[in-house]
Parts: sequence; structure tokens; C-alpha cells
Amino acid sequence: MTIKEKTSLFGLSSQCVLKVDDDYKTLEDYQGRISRWCPGCGDNGILTAAQRLCRDEQLPPEKCVFVSGIGCAARFPHYMNTYGFHGLHGRALPTAQGVKFRRPDLHVFVNMGDGDCCSIGTAHWIHAIRSNMKLVVMMHDNNIYGLTKNQASPTTPIGRKTNTTPRGAWLKALNPLTVTLGITNASFVAQVVEWLPELLYDVIRQAFHHNGLAFIRILQRCPHFTPDVFSNLLSDPKKLLMLEHENGIKLSDTMAKLYQTRQQHDPSNLHRAREIAEADDLVPIGILYKNESVPRYEQLTKPKQKPTWEQRETLLNNAFDRFGINIDARAAAGNI
Amino acid sequence: MKQQTARAAIDSKQIKKLDEHIIEIVSDSGEGAQTAGQMFATIMAKSGNSVWTVEIIPAEIEPPARTPAGASGNRIRAGSFPITNAGDGADLVIGFNEQVLQGGKWENRYKPGCIVLLESMWATHRDPEIASAYSSVVNTLREEGYRLYEVPMEAECSKYIPDPRKGKNMFVVGLLCNIYGRDLQLARTEIENKFGQKKAALIKPNLDLLQAGYDWAEQNLEFKFEVPPYGETQPLVVANGNIAVALGVVASGMEICAMYPITPATSASHYLSEIFDQVGGHVHQAEDEIAACAFAIGASYAGKCAVTITSGPGMALKTELMALSVMAEIPLVLVNVQRGGPSTGLPTKVEQGDLLATIFGTPGDAPKIVMAPATIEDCFYSIITARKIAETFRTLVVVLSDANLATGQQAFPRPKITREWAAPPVDQSPVPAGKDPLDWDPKTGLSQRFIPGQPGGMYTLTGLAHDRKGHVAYVAGINQEGCHYRSLKLAAFQKTLKPPKVFGEPSGDLLIVGWGSTKGAIEEAVSRVRKDGLSVSAMHLTFLQPMASGIKQIMQKFKKVMTVEINYSDTLEDELIDEDNRRYANLAWLLRARYLIDVDCWSNVHGQPIKPGSIEQMIREQLK
Repeated sequence: MTIKEKTSLFGLSSQCVLKVDDDYKTLEDYQGRISRWCPGCGDNGILTAAQRLCRDEQLPPEKCVFVSGIGCAARFPHYMNTYGFHGLHGRALPTAQGVKFRRPDLHVFVNMGDGDCCSIGTAHWIHAIRSNMKLVVMMHDNNIYGLTKNQASPTTPIGRKTNTTPRGAWLKALNPLTVTLGITNASFVAQVVEWLPELLYDVIRQAFHHNGLAFIRILQRCPHFTPDVFSNLLSDPKKLLMLEHENGIKLSDTMAKLYQTRQQHDPSNLHRAREIAEADDLVPIGILYKNESVPRYEQLTKPKQKPTWEQRETLLNNAFDRFGINIDARAAAGNI
Repeated sequence: MKQQTARAAIDSKQIKKLDEHIIEIVSDSGEGAQTAGQMFATIMAKSGNSVWTVEIIPAEIEPPARTPAGASGNRIRAGSFPITNAGDGADLVIGFNEQVLQGGKWENRYKPGCIVLLESMWATHRDPEIASAYSSVVNTLREEGYRLYEVPMEAECSKYIPDPRKGKNMFVVGLLCNIYGRDLQLARTEIENKFGQKKAALIKPNLDLLQAGYDWAEQNLEFKFEVPPYGETQPLVVANGNIAVALGVVASGMEICAMYPITPATSASHYLSEIFDQVGGHVHQAEDEIAACAFAIGASYAGKCAVTITSGPGMALKTELMALSVMAEIPLVLVNVQRGGPSTGLPTKVEQGDLLATIFGTPGDAPKIVMAPATIEDCFYSIITARKIAETFRTLVVVLSDANLATGQQAFPRPKITREWAAPPVDQSPVPAGKDPLDWDPKTGLSQRFIPGQPGGMYTLTGLAHDRKGHVAYVAGINQEGCHYRSLKLAAFQKTLKPPKVFGEPSGDLLIVGWGSTKGAIEEAVSRVRKDGLSVSAMHLTFLQPMASGIKQIMQKFKKVMTVEINYSDTLEDELIDEDNRRYANLAWLLRARYLIDVDCWSNVHGQPIKPGSIEQMIREQLK
């Protein structure tokens, strides 16, 4: 924003009149197509938070890429007015890594569902965390396969009836937080719920500023198939364990009144983060772990050289010499 | 008396002049026969011979010693004329034990009655079973007419080094230098290059072993050969197909290769990993084949085209992403170094069994471009071409190499480097208003690709059926439209292809059609039978999808057309096989379907390059 120069204005100092830059981007500038998620879908809240982040950071839309897999959550890029890559089921992370590796100048975001990330894409989840490239990874966890219509996902609660488990899900749900915190090089692990938009925004914002891969599990209601899985959390705010810290999230006074199960948690304490993630009774909200000093893959592998054609020519000539016969004749033959 | 005659033969040995000779060296894994073979091949090539080498690789890293299937080694075909393939049976075989030799004999790798030089230490081995196995093989070979010479490698080498197992191979290089009259200085240079400064202490003993081998042959063998130089004076490059692929990647201007280890493709990435960072490139070893392909696609989407290198089983895993590359019109080069299949198959052996899987293996209609290098030189240029096609046509280009090309070494003219090989810089200029990300040209289906970072070009790429704006299709007809334009791109590309050349006369009794690494063997066989007056020609296809115009017209000029391929097909000799159920070789299926010509085929899956002699024999039987 700049201060607009005006000589006089009714009773006001000209210093107080603000004009928005012509290229200042508003929320509308980041809005893509109209969302086709079900009314009441938690994904809408996540979308708003992402758009707000782009607006607040004034990110050039052409410099943002939202990469997704397949599923309801994976429709996300279509609803952003940025570049988007709506790829294959489970493969969002390696695709996003390719984008980021090629173009460190781009802001790369990843949107996946629980099936996308924790089932078909599990191998990529583990290895992307280990690679620690600078990505903001949002895992929309509604505990169910929605787009394929109500099948049990790895995070579906045990005993829950779905189309593939009509007599109840057989297995205990997988805990994405303990898994992620167990992976070598994990550098940012957070959990948040979509129905607390301020916290959601705050965590996404901190993830964006994190120097590495930021993994956010977002508990997200599916109004169609799992409207009730989080109802205990909604009806009993005490079930949410708010992790407060000066390096994590800070609750407003109002929020603090509402959410009384609170704990000071230093996000640099990995051991404690794992303990918190392990607990079955409370759902931790906030930043469980953050470590800015984990090296990033793109830093470690950064080529020493900026590619130029001359270097390629030199390299090829050296290789042709190394594997060459009649090398002495090459100049005469115009080969060099 | 007998000894005296032998002595006289040695003293008066004459040098026999030859057009070509095939030499095989086999040992247990870890005894260095591969190194010896590579070194001697380089010496032959540097002294002016045309050379083709084939690696003999066991399926395991250190298989049990002294077993026929555990043989490790190298086969060198050296000649005074341009050598284009591995040739027929070996003329001279060196075995570090009799069992590895047996393996080669059972696979018909040796000419009946050829020269065999065999390590003799096993004759007096303390284990009586080993000693008797040795003498039994020796006796059999002699009875069968092989010219067998027992060589005390162990005894000779232990004069110079404590563990002869680690040095016999240099003794063997010395033997060969003597037999083929090669300058020992060339070998000394190779040894110095190999051990370099890092292992300088090893140079002296290895030079001693080299000399010892040379001297032993001089004093104990009654034959010497000369394969005169081919007379090539222009600068050449000697490399295997995987090295050529890696150099092609560098030359094409690509900057990212994403891969996952798989035999026999990986050595391309090994070499690339060694050199790529010198030009700002990176080899990304992904967690699996799928991730490797996704990474390459992500990188391609955000900038210059990337490459992923794999073999059949890996390509199978990438199938869904291959279709995404086609569907979302993201350039991608995929190199498949084919190996024996199906399933895990024969990981270290050659096959051409992936052609149909490549063209048709993606569910739905995913028109892609498929090309196959036929020589080591082609391996280099095919990557440069593939990158160009992928970016121009915004699609997937698959390069089908194979294990024969990957590990075979051949010399080819040193490429003249040109800047045109490489991609132009990535376009980051603003997209003009009104342009759509899939502005399909009505005639060619081509459109301009928007690359992230381009202002005004924001759109969401999707593998779902989509319209010109990349929007998910909810209206009937849109999928038809997209499929239509993607298919048209192939037609537009096809119009740029030249018809293949016919090797031999343009008409006749029999046309042999091939693709990929069999070119040299096919053309050699055809040349041989043509010398005997048989009316046979050959045609080799570089582009398998789409195919160039003019192929039908060429085939129609022959009474019979058949393909020669390294993949499985039925033959009518089986009682149950008839015209209604016969399954054809890959290319034969394609030609029959496209051209409605009754194309026959001759193919097998022995896991070996097809020998020109076998093709020759088949042709003679066909025309009887």
C-alpha cells in the first residue's frame, strides 16, 4: 500500500488517505472456478485459508502452483486462480517435487486426501518428508473415501460401517501424525481442524514460511459420508488439546475461553511431539514439530553450475575424447 | 617325440590372416573376465579394428563359483570390416574354469572345434571331485574336436602376486596381445589409465602379469592371428548403448533424469550421475518407478522436458503416468532398455518384447510416439530427437533400447556437436489475452504450452477429460474432441517421417523386416545370402508409432514378408497352432493389422542377440 498524495481533504490530514496499489491483489484474484464440493464441505474452509494466504502474502498468481492427486480434496487447484496440476491418485508429492526441483522460484502447494496420502501414496509421503523440499502439504483428512462413495480409508475409525466394511472397519485407524513424526528429516508437522478458520489460517501461514516441507493434517468434515466423525470434537471442545507456544500457535482470549485443554508445547521438542501425537484420548491442535535446520533436498543437490550450452559442449567433447579413437584426427575432421 | 613336434610348431609359428575373429573370455564372477574383455576390445579398437562387444552377466552379483550359469565375462567380435552385431559362434574362448565354459557351450556360443584356452589348475585340485569334473570336461571337449590348450594361469600368476585370482585377467590380456599381435604398449596405457593415481601401487604387478601372459603365449602356443585394421581414420567414439543414451541426454539439453534402479537400464544413470552436475543437471533417484515418472512429469510441466530411464517392469509401473503425459500434453522422454520378460523375466538378457505394451499398454486411447534405436550411434541421436519431438508435439516419446544395445560396445563417428540439439530457454513471457492452454489447432492438434511463471497463463492441468481451457469436462463431446486432437498430433508428426530405406533390391522373393538392435545381424545375414544369389532384402523401422508412409508399397514388392524379432511367437510346427490361433511377434502383429499383408515372423526368446548365422539359416530354409 502507498500513501496517496492529496493536498486537502475534509478535515483529514492528507497523510491518512490510503490508496490501494493498482496491482494489489484481492481475494477474488486468487479465486478460480466455482467450487463443486458438497454444501457444508470442509474443503471450502481450507480453500478460503489458502486464498487468504496468497492475498496476504501478495503472491503473484503465476508463481503459485497447487498440485493435487485424485479425490474430492484434489479438485482444489481448479478453484484457485493460479497454476494447478490435478494429477494422479497418490502421486501429488513426487509431481510437486519435480515442479519445485525444476523451479525453486515457484511457491508449490500440495493438496491430498487421506486415501491419496496415507494409502495409495504412502511411499511418496514417507520419502517426500525425508527429502524435505520446500512445499506446503495439506492433507485433507475426512476419514473416508468420498469421491468413490464411502469406502474405508486408512484413517477411518475402527468399527465404522462403510460400503467396503458393512459390518464395521476391521482395523484401528492409522495415525498420520505418529507416522510423519517417525520419518527421518521431518521438519514441520502440524494438525488443525477446518472449523477453526483462524487457527487453520495461522498454521498454513506458518507452514508457508517454513524452510522445508510443512506437513499439515487438516481434520475435515465430509457432510455426506462422515458428518459425524468429528462431532465429539465439536460438541466437546475439551477434546481438542491446544498446543500453544511462542514458536507455534497463540490462542486469542476468546478462543482460550472456549478451548480450555491447553498445553505449552515447544515445537522443537521432537520427543514430546511424538508423545502428544501418540495419545488416543485428545486431539492435538497446533504445531507439533518444527525444525528449520533440516537440510532440503534441493539445497543438497543444487548443481554447482548454472547450465550453459558451452559447458555441455565441453563435457561432450571430454566424453568423446575419453571414449575416443583417432582423437588426433578430430580437429582435421572439424569435430571440435 | 610328440613334445619335439609341438616345440617345432611353436618355433615356426606363422601368423594367420583373418577378416574377423570372435573372442570370448569367461570366469567366475569377480575374477575380472569382464575387465579383461573390455580392455582387450579397447586395444583392438584403438589399433584400428571394428569391434562389437557383448557383456556376459550372471543374474546374481556373486553366484556360486564354478557353475555353468555363473559365468561372467565378455565377448569381442573384432574385424577388418564394419562390424554391426555380435556375430556367430566364438573362434577363441578363454575359460578360468571348465564349468563356466560348459555354460557357453550349452548356449551354442562357440563355434564347433574352436580354440579353447583353459586354466589348468583344476587338474591337480585337492578336491578329487573338482579334479575329475575338470578332466571329464577336458576329455569331452577334445573328443568333440575343440583345440584345447591348458594354461597354467594360477601357477604363472603366483610368481608375481599373492592372490592370482585377482590378476589372472591381466595375464589373459597379455596372452591375447601375443596371439593377435597387438602392441603391448597400448595395453600398458590401458592399465595405467585403469588404476590411475589412486591405485598406483597396482600398476607394476599388473604390468608384470601382462608381460607374463604375453611371454607364455609366445613360448607355448603354436598359433598367431592377425586381424588387419579396418582402415578407419576419422575420429570415432567407442561406447555402449547406455553411455550413448546418457550422452544423448546431455546433448539434448535436458537437465533432469528421474529414475529407479532396474537392470539393464541403470548404468545409463550411473554414467549420467557421474557427469551431469558439470552442466547443472541432476539424476533424481526416486523411491520407486512411479515416483520417478511423476517427478519427471512435474519437472517437465514446470520447464524443460525431463527424462526417465527404465526397463520393462518399470515401464509397466509408469503406465498410468504415461497416459497422464499424453492426456495432459506434458512433454516426456521415457527410455525403456528392454530385457527378457514377462514379469521379472531375464533381467540381464536381451528381448524386444515391450513394443506392443508400449504402444497399446495404456488404458484408454493414449497416442504416443515410439521409436527404437538400431545401433549404439542411434542410442545417442534418438534421445536428442525424442526430446525435440516431445516438446514440439507436447507428448510422450518412448525410446525402446534393449540389453543388447545397452551393454554392447561399438565405435561410431564422433558426433559433430551443434547447439540445435538443445532446447531453447523456457518461455516466461506473458500469455496474450484470449489464448487457451489447449488451443488445439484444427488441422494438427498442436497447441502452445503454458509454463508456470508465465503471467496470464494460469490454468489447472488435469488428467480428467478437459476442454480447451483445461476445465473438467461435464459436457458430452468434449472427450471426443480431446482424443481427436491428441490423435491428430500423431498424424501431423507422421507427415514429417521419411519412408524407410530398403537394404538390397527394392523387390524380390523375401523381405525381412526388423526393428531395434537386430539391424546389424539381419543385414549381415541378408548380405551373405544375397552373395549366393538369393533374392532377399531387409527393411528396418525406426519409428514404430506412428509408422512412416511408404512401408506398404515396399512390402508389396516382395513375394513374402517376414519379421525377425527377439520376442515370443508361435510357430505352425506345433500341433495345436494354426492360422486361427497363432500369436505373432510384436512387429508382425502391427504390420498385419495396419497393412493387411500376410506378414510372417521368426522370433525367439533365448535371451541372446540373434546371430546372423541363425537368420541366414532360416532364410535359406524359407527359400528352399
